[in-house]
Amino acid sequence: MTIRGKAYIAGIYEHPTRYAPDKSIAQLHAEVAKGALQDAGLTKDDVDGYFCAGDAPGGVMAMVDYLGLRVRHLDSTDTGGCSYLIHLGHAAEAIAAGRCSVALITLAGKPRTGALPPRPVGAEGDFELAYGATTHNVYGMCAMRHMHDYGTTSEQLAWIKVAASHHAQYNEHAMLRDVVTVDDVLNSPLISDPLHRMDCCVVTDGGGALIVTTEEIARSLKKPLVRMIGAGEAIKGPRGGHKLDLTYSAGVWSAPPAFEMAGVTPKDIKYASIYDSFTITVLMQLEDLGFCEKGQGGKFVADGNLISGVGKLPFNTDGGGLCSNHPVNRGGMTKLLEAVRQLRGEAHPKVQVPNCDLALAHGTGGLLGIRHAASTCILERV
Amino acid sequence: MSNPVKYPAPQGNPETKAFWDAATEGKLLIKRCNGCGEAHYFPRALCPFCFSDQTVWEESAGEGEIYSYSLMRKSATGPYAIGYVTLKEGPSVLTNFVDCDFSVLKIGQKVKVVFKPSDGGPPLPFFTPAA
Repeated sequence: MTIRGKAYIAGIYEHPTRYAPDKSIAQLHAEVAKGALQDAGLTKDDVDGYFCAGDAPGGVMAMVDYLGLRVRHLDSTDTGGCSYLIHLGHAAEAIAAGRCSVALITLAGKPRTGALPPRPVGAEGDFELAYGATTHNVYGMCAMRHMHDYGTTSEQLAWIKVAASHHAQYNEHAMLRDVVTVDDVLNSPLISDPLHRMDCCVVTDGGGALIVTTEEIARSLKKPLVRMIGAGEAIKGPRGGHKLDLTYSAGVWSAPPAFEMAGVTPKDIKYASIYDSFTITVLMQLEDLGFCEKGQGGKFVADGNLISGVGKLPFNTDGGGLCSNHPVNRGGMTKLLEAVRQLRGEAHPKVQVPNCDLALAHGTGGLLGIRHAASTCILERV
Repeated sequence: MSNPVKYPAPQGNPETKAFWDAATEGKLLIKRCNGCGEAHYFPRALCPFCFSDQTVWEESAGEGEIYSYSLMRKSATGPYAIGYVTLKEGPSVLTNFVDCDFSVLKIGQKVKVVFKPSDGGPPLPFFTPAA
C-alpha cells in the first residue's frame, strides 16, 4: 500500500501571536485547531483523528478531552521540532488505511512567557546531563566540525540568515522584520562558537495546526488542492560513539524514501521549507537532502541563492524560525504551513514562487549533534 | 557573577553500577563486545552493534583527541566548553573541557580524562588538554 497522494492538506493555520502572556498553552492549541478547521471549511465534529507531540499539555488523552474531540485514531509521536512532519506522514498512513478521514495536527506553546516542556531523558542521562548540552552548543559542535572538514565559513552561514530576513520583511507577523547583512550576522555576539546570535532562531509563543483529509473530502472543499506525495522519517544518534560524524544528519535517511515515493528529485523542487533552528541546521539539511554535494552547502547558500526571486532555491519565505516564528522551539509545523501557502499561491506576493506546484518541507528534532530525528515531506499542488 | 558549577549526581542502575564504582577510583571504563569486538560508550548490557549480550568492561587509558567542541560564552555558571572526545580505544564521548584556557581548544587537540565531583554522587569524567 502506498501513501503517495492519499493525504490532502485541506486546512492550515498559524497563530499570529509571538507573545502570549494572557493565554494558556491548551488554549493556544484550541485556537490553532479552530483556525485550521475554519480555513478548511470543516468543523470540530468532522475530526476523527488527532495528532500531537510533547508540547501538548497532558498528552493526547488530556488534549482530546480538552478540545472536546471524539476520535478513532490517535498518534502522539514526539520527535521534537519535526514531530508535525512525521505526523503528516502518519496521518497519510491512517487515511490510506481508512483509520480516519479528517486528521487534526496541533502544535502550541509559550516559551517566552511560560516554561518549555521538559526534554525526555533516556539511558544516556547519567553520561550526558552534567555536560550542559543546549541547542546552541550542540549545533555549534556540528558547525565547528563542518567548518573543519569542509572549509565552511561563518560568512556562508550568515547568508542563510540574510535570506530569511529578506523574506521576513514582508511577513507582518514576523518577530524580526529588519533586513540584515552578512556583516550584521558576523558582528552579532558569539553565543556558542562558532554560532553568533543571528545564527540562532527566535524564541516565540504561538502555534499552528493542519487538517489532513481524503481526496474525496478535499475535493468537496473550497481550498486549492495540496497533497502529500512523499514522506520519510529517521533517527540518528552517536550510537555508542562509533565512527562519530556530526557533519551529516538523519536527513540522509529520511530524504531518499520521500523522493523515491514522490518520483521526483531535488532539482524538481520549486520551493523548500528547511528547518532553521540555526543557520548550520539549514546548511547541513540542504546537503543531506541532495540539493548539493556534502560539503558544498556553504557555496550553495552564499550570495542570496536561497532568496525568493533572486536565487535558485527559494526557502522559508515566511522568514522561517530565524526571523518569523519558532513556537515552543519546534519549527516543523511552520515549515509545512509555508509550503502549503506556496503551493496554494497564498504566500506574500513579494516572495511567492511563480507556478509553485512542487514543494518540500523538511525538519529535524532533538539535538542535531547528539540524537535527533528528521522528517522529509514532499507536497504537490493538484 | 557566575554561580559555582554543581554537576548533577549520576543516579546509577544495575546496568551501569560498575562504571560509577570505577569512576570513584578514578578509572574510566568502556564496554567492549566479545561478539563483534567493537567498543562502545555509554555502556550497555547488550552491544548496540551486534546485540550480543557478551559485553565486558574495559579500562580506557583515558586519552584521546577532540572531535569537536563549542564554547558556550555565557551561562548561569559562566562560560563552559562542551565537546566530543574520541578515545584511543575508539568510542567518542560527550564531555566538557576543564582546567584549561579555552582558547587552546581545537579539533584534534590531545586530551586526557580527569574526574570531578558531582553533587552528592560518584565523580564524573571530564577532559583536559594533555601536557
